[in-house]
Amino acid sequence: MKLKIPPFCNIVFLFSLILWSLTPLQAQESEHHAGGEAAETYDPVGTVMEHIADANEFHVWSGIHIPLPCFLYAPSQGWSFFSSSIFEHGHKAIDGYVINEGRVNRVADPAFPKGEAHLEGIVRKVEKKLLKGKEKEVDVFYAVHEGQEWLLDKPSTLDGGMLGGGITSFYDFSITKNVFTMLLAALLLIVLFTTVSRAYVKNAGKAPSGIQSFFEPFFVFIRDEVARPNIGEKHYERFLPFIMTLFFFILFCNLFGLLPFFPGGSNVTGNLGVTLVLAVFTFIIVNINGNGHYWQHIFWMPGIPAWVKIILTPVEVLGLIIKPFSLMIRLFANISAGHIIILSLIGLVFLFGQNGANFAGAGAGLVIGGLFTAFMNLIELLVAFLQAFIFAMLTASYIGAAVEEGHHDHAHDQHHEEAQAH
Amino acid sequence: MGAIGAGIAALGAGIGVGLIGSRAMDAIARQPEAVNDIRASMILTAALVEGAALFAIVVGLLAG
Repeated sequence: MKLKIPPFCNIVFLFSLILWSLTPLQAQESEHHAGGEAAETYDPVGTVMEHIADANEFHVWSGIHIPLPCFLYAPSQGWSFFSSSIFEHGHKAIDGYVINEGRVNRVADPAFPKGEAHLEGIVRKVEKKLLKGKEKEVDVFYAVHEGQEWLLDKPSTLDGGMLGGGITSFYDFSITKNVFTMLLAALLLIVLFTTVSRAYVKNAGKAPSGIQSFFEPFFVFIRDEVARPNIGEKHYERFLPFIMTLFFFILFCNLFGLLPFFPGGSNVTGNLGVTLVLAVFTFIIVNINGNGHYWQHIFWMPGIPAWVKIILTPVEVLGLIIKPFSLMIRLFANISAGHIIILSLIGLVFLFGQNGANFAGAGAGLVIGGLFTAFMNLIELLVAFLQAFIFAMLTASYIGAAVEEGHHDHAHDQHHEEAQAH
Repeated sequence: MGAIGAGIAALGAGIGVGLIGSRAMDAIARQPEAVNDIRASMILTAALVEGAALFAIVVGLLAG
């Protein structure tokens, strides 16, 4: 029997898709008003970078923030614990800590008053700085306290300053937007999969039921298409939990990143720190399980002239590091690039609308940007699944290379001997 | 400069992914029964090529 879908369903679907895509737009707009300075022009690059970066609070709507706990450590003053609502969105400094563009910054100057201090505001200045021998224009932020400007240290991140951070005068161990979403994804995974595993016990030998039947195709796919062919019949069961965990954790984080509103809206897998940890896990598990055959093929491969070995060994040793490194960069760049494209398309509304001065332009931007964003969101949905699959698949193939027995070469040798015997 | 570099990288990756897709189509046309295996390796190889382009994008971002 053919299922008939009423034509208006498609329209409703398309409409809701566009609405869903445009939700960040309102969030972005409200941020502009919250900035205080109405005359500020739209800065496309800065806005996009701010949205893909981590934050110490959830920005929901104009004036509505969901505060998150802050755990901060500065070598000179020890630990500080408080909720990020204490900062009053940049109007208050606590022990030298200030919130700026959603991130905790710090006034490094010891002369700055300790305890609570009222701030008149935070000003941005473009300054010329010498970076790697070249003069570059950098954004520098100052907190204004009692008419005096105090230099702000950038937020503290481990991504080497790639998204505007780096190791600065303090360490930020807070539960940020990313950490919150990551914990939520982990919690959701635990709740879902304990339910599913209970269903497997209950329905042993019977057809799957309920949520179990939704996940069964994923389980079977990961087992039969990813783990078994790549790792091999003998060892795959040992590594299956790790491959499954990788796949589902990355998938859930990717999907949370696609939600433009509260529980999502964070760029978890588009954060170098997160992908670094995932890649380090892969690196450790691959190399701990590497057998003699694997190490022999890295340090002294058989059947190759000695002078080639001298060239190949450093390449293979580098390859040990490059494999997880490429895993890390691939996931980070794919997810970040997707977010940047979506945010840039939404930025068209502000560029065409000249910051609210030109309504016709804003309308044109809304139509063009909205349609492209809806399209990009669908591509991103594919990418969310694809990148989780690729990460799991490549990890499985690296593990497969590490645990593979040398039977291939022996078979080859035997064949060779037989040929000689004839 | 970063934007130009990222563009060139995208060009190379585009050619690469295009070649992978075209060869995969050829292979599927020849052996339709192997479509699942071919699709899996096609996606994997495309992701590896795309990785190169994304490295370039990251370098482009760093170079500003």
